[in-house]
Amino acid sequence: MIEIKNVSKWYGSFQVLTDCTTNVKKSEVVVVCGPSGSGKSTLIKCVNALEPFQKGSIVVNGVAVEDPKTNLPKLRAQVGMVFQNFELFPHMTITDNLTIAQIKVLGRSREEAVDKGLKLLDRVGLKAQAAKYPGQLSGGQQQRVAIARALAMDPICMLFDEPTSALDPEMINEVLDVMVQLAHEGMTMMCVTHEMGFARKVAHRVIFMDRGAIVEDAAKDDFFGQPRSERAQNFLAKILHH
Amino acid sequence: MDYHWDWLFFFRETDDGLKYYDWILSGLGWTTLVSLASLALALALGSALGVMRTTPKRWLVAIGDAYVDVFRNIPLIVQLFMWFFVVPELVPDRLGMWMKQDLPYVVIAVVGLGLYTAARIAEQVKAGINSLSRGQRNAGLALGLTEWQTYRHVRLPMAYRIVLPAMTSEAMNIFKNSAVTYAVGILELYFQYKQIIEKTSQVLEITIVVTLAYFALAFLMNRLLAFIERRTRVPGLIVGGKGSN
Repeated sequence: MIEIKNVSKWYGSFQVLTDCTTNVKKSEVVVVCGPSGSGKSTLIKCVNALEPFQKGSIVVNGVAVEDPKTNLPKLRAQVGMVFQNFELFPHMTITDNLTIAQIKVLGRSREEAVDKGLKLLDRVGLKAQAAKYPGQLSGGQQQRVAIARALAMDPICMLFDEPTSALDPEMINEVLDVMVQLAHEGMTMMCVTHEMGFARKVAHRVIFMDRGAIVEDAAKDDFFGQPRSERAQNFLAKILHH
Repeated sequence: MDYHWDWLFFFRETDDGLKYYDWILSGLGWTTLVSLASLALALALGSALGVMRTTPKRWLVAIGDAYVDVFRNIPLIVQLFMWFFVVPELVPDRLGMWMKQDLPYVVIAVVGLGLYTAARIAEQVKAGINSLSRGQRNAGLALGLTEWQTYRHVRLPMAYRIVLPAMTSEAMNIFKNSAVTYAVGILELYFQYKQIIEKTSQVLEITIVVTLAYFALAFLMNRLLAFIERRTRVPGLIVGGKGSN
């Protein structure tokens, strides 16, 4: 579904990604972790071309992301993305947040879009908030709306960029619950997160990145059981023992 | 002080058969027309330039920057003279003749004031867009919106809300700046003011009336925009707040 091959990226002379290669199969859940500044957010932003890269290739569902002829809006519409800071549109009601892209990008009628949006809003437990504005919701609620907004586009896969990092601790679980449910339904997911509990529960594979490179790419049990690299061992020790 | 107050002079007849208050009203009309037309032009052009200066396309940014540099750094009255006297000489002869003979003065005045004000609007629109978090653009694009749709539906609606207070003072300024167009022959309020002083010497009355008229125009604009600001306020959002990313 997502094939990342030898991707390298530079900001000027500074290399942020070094020869990254990995694949995400259909219905696979892959967790990407690593210390801050390791390039994990940059890597998943390359998948839907929010970040350009200079070398290598990424193919999503048969479409080459880096090909200048690729219709990026069309590709992105099929790839759901959830951001660290939610990024709901503050001047729109929750309903409008859920319907704008359905209407403008997919060409759905307003009724159809509202219907779909409200169903998904119900699914993340927020149907009662439909008429409110993002600023009137808690962080956890906003992130659940953001997930619903991405799902409303019927994506073929989902990218999560540290979806719980900006949340107060008591709100993390409500968001993870939605993600776990999605994983169980067979959604293809690539998640940048430090939530190792989530990784243990639903991930098929864990990718560990450091200094722009993929240092470890292993099945979940192997990764948690016996990470091969010293850097991954150190990282796990730091985030698990507290 | 032995100033001879005469408030009734406004109702006296002028040389051309009208009353002095007709001159005032006519001036007020032209001031309003020139100002509002210039403001409309400035908002349209200034928004386009402001957006251009925030795109990833370098040549668009360069054009927008150059425009603002030129039009913000030359005094308004000089710009007006350029449109009236210099530009017609620089363009092909037939166009120049048409500009000098057939094009109504008021159109050139509106273009001059509008293009001058557009540079200021462009600066504000750019500042507004740049004050939004980069994630907003990414979120729009990630949903499949095009760059333009992201401006139209996501970035501009918030940017305008953020810069509305700054735009308000620009919109009030335009009435005051429109007084400069008297220098290129627009019979607006300031022109009438000068003319009435010359004819009647009732300096105090006419100054009071004209001052109040300008004040009223600017004040009405202020109230109108304050109303728009209230109507477009986003529930739950602290104005001027921005995301952390």
